[in-house]
Amino acid sequence: MSLNARRRLLPWLFLGPGLLWLLIFFLYPLVNQAAVSLMTGDPEHGYTLTWAFHNYTDAISNYKEQFGRSIVYAGVATILCLVISFPLAYFTAYKAGRFKSLILLLIILPFFMSYVLRTVAWQLILSDDGWVVGVFQTLGLIDENGRLLATSTAVIAGITYNFLPFMALPLYVSLEKIDRRYIEAATDLYASRTTAFRKVTVPLALPGIFAGSLLTFIPACGDFINAALLGTPRQYMIGNVIQSKFLNILDYPTAAALSFTLMVFILIGIFLYARALGTRNLTEAAI
Amino acid sequence: MAVTETSTPTPTRPAAAPRKAPGRGAGRAVDWALGIWSVLALAYLFIPVFIVVLFSFNDNQGRFNFTWQGFTLRHWQHPFADPDLAKALTTSLEIALIATAISVALGTFMAMALVRYRFRGRTTVDFFVFMPLSSPEVVLGAALLGLFLTLNVNTGFVTIVIAHVMFCVSYVVVTVKARLEGMDRHIEEAAMDLGATEWTTFRKITLPMIAPGIAAAAMLAAALSIDDYVITSFNAGQTQTFPLYIFGATRQGVPAEVNVLATMLLVAVLVLMGLNVIVQRRLSKRDRARTAA
Repeated sequence: MSLNARRRLLPWLFLGPGLLWLLIFFLYPLVNQAAVSLMTGDPEHGYTLTWAFHNYTDAISNYKEQFGRSIVYAGVATILCLVISFPLAYFTAYKAGRFKSLILLLIILPFFMSYVLRTVAWQLILSDDGWVVGVFQTLGLIDENGRLLATSTAVIAGITYNFLPFMALPLYVSLEKIDRRYIEAATDLYASRTTAFRKVTVPLALPGIFAGSLLTFIPACGDFINAALLGTPRQYMIGNVIQSKFLNILDYPTAAALSFTLMVFILIGIFLYARALGTRNLTEAAI
Repeated sequence: MAVTETSTPTPTRPAAAPRKAPGRGAGRAVDWALGIWSVLALAYLFIPVFIVVLFSFNDNQGRFNFTWQGFTLRHWQHPFADPDLAKALTTSLEIALIATAISVALGTFMAMALVRYRFRGRTTVDFFVFMPLSSPEVVLGAALLGLFLTLNVNTGFVTIVIAHVMFCVSYVVVTVKARLEGMDRHIEEAAMDLGATEWTTFRKITLPMIAPGIAAAAMLAAALSIDDYVITSFNAGQTQTFPLYIFGATRQGVPAEVNVLATMLLVAVLVLMGLNVIVQRRLSKRDRARTAA
């Protein structure tokens, strides 16, 4: 084999096994899922492909409530994550000094404790006889017999909690990367601290804000653990529906149609973002 | 993604020279507010973890472990008392080990190809590898189960491993890529100029240099695998993993032994991370000493 041909083949040899794995167990299942979503039939007799596009319209109109809830809960949680973690990331990047590594460790610490178990801990924190509910009642934020567990508030608080590091880390990385001389230049040119922050720091941190928002919003949209453990069927999100359709009711076409709709919706978002900033930025900011 | 952050020390920038700016007092107030806000945010992140650890010492009656009854070491003495729980944890550890080994092997080579070679279709592959990271887990899990159902594959241990490798590979690629991109290409070129073959260069130069990235990727993959509930719940069949056991137990109350085991895992990870940092420091010190000599 000529050296040139080998050069050209080499990267594909390196990529081959991993790429094959992803093609078979990631891409092909999605294609297969698209086919399943257009099938009709029932669990006993099996499903056949009939190009039943009405599966989509049925699924969306039957579960628009859960779809809406997923988007609203995930959206609110993303905004809360941004509000909570921007000052945290800013402090860590610019003001933390020797505590920087410690703060970063604390931000990722929850990752090393079981996700389900941490959510169970939230059940305990928000339980009806817990002190948090007591404080909320005394402050009049909820009424005498009001509860936190089994409400939208609890589910959103849980989602916000679980995905906070996904927002905080990309924000920190992009703030840390900013050349501080730009900010100094702004203040030297008589911009106030606020103006410099608004006109220099925030725009330069935008890739981190976008990446963090995606990394929070996407998993939050599909999450069903928080709704299952901290909510009731009245708080169920689209993930809960997909899971029960797939594993309990065995209504595969509806489940596939629902998860495909969710996927397409998210892919459009990513595509728009990738076009706006380039995927390199996205992956970089995500690390 | 998180592990890389701590394993590669971020270069500290020289502190900006202190300047007398108008509104310095207001600035200090803002700094204080930022500090307090950060402490509160960290508390929000830390409290549930603390509660899990704390309630591993709770002297509770029965399985119900929701209110504090007093301190005991009882649960720590027999953490593996429940055979189902012990089995679930061993299964999770086995799966994590296998899935990590496979995904690190596959992902490292993919990262090498993506960073080291300019070839047609590179951007597409780059984007494709990133896609599993940006798909909701419920979609990945459901789609994979759909495949297994279509092919009449019985779900169980093997299908869980397949699923875990699938989502870990992308994380490995991203982590190792970050390390490779920060590496000086010239050192490898020098080795090859001095007559080393590509394979020798890879073994003696490239591999040792990206080893910290690979270690970080392996830890990340293992952590993700041990903790995964969503994708596993679709592809587990009758097999119980640690997260599946916990979720199943939430109905009757999670036994305190679960808190003990989760705390042990947390401590193990922290010790590993600490060791990783110490080894890195040692190595870079040795390198510096060598360069100086």
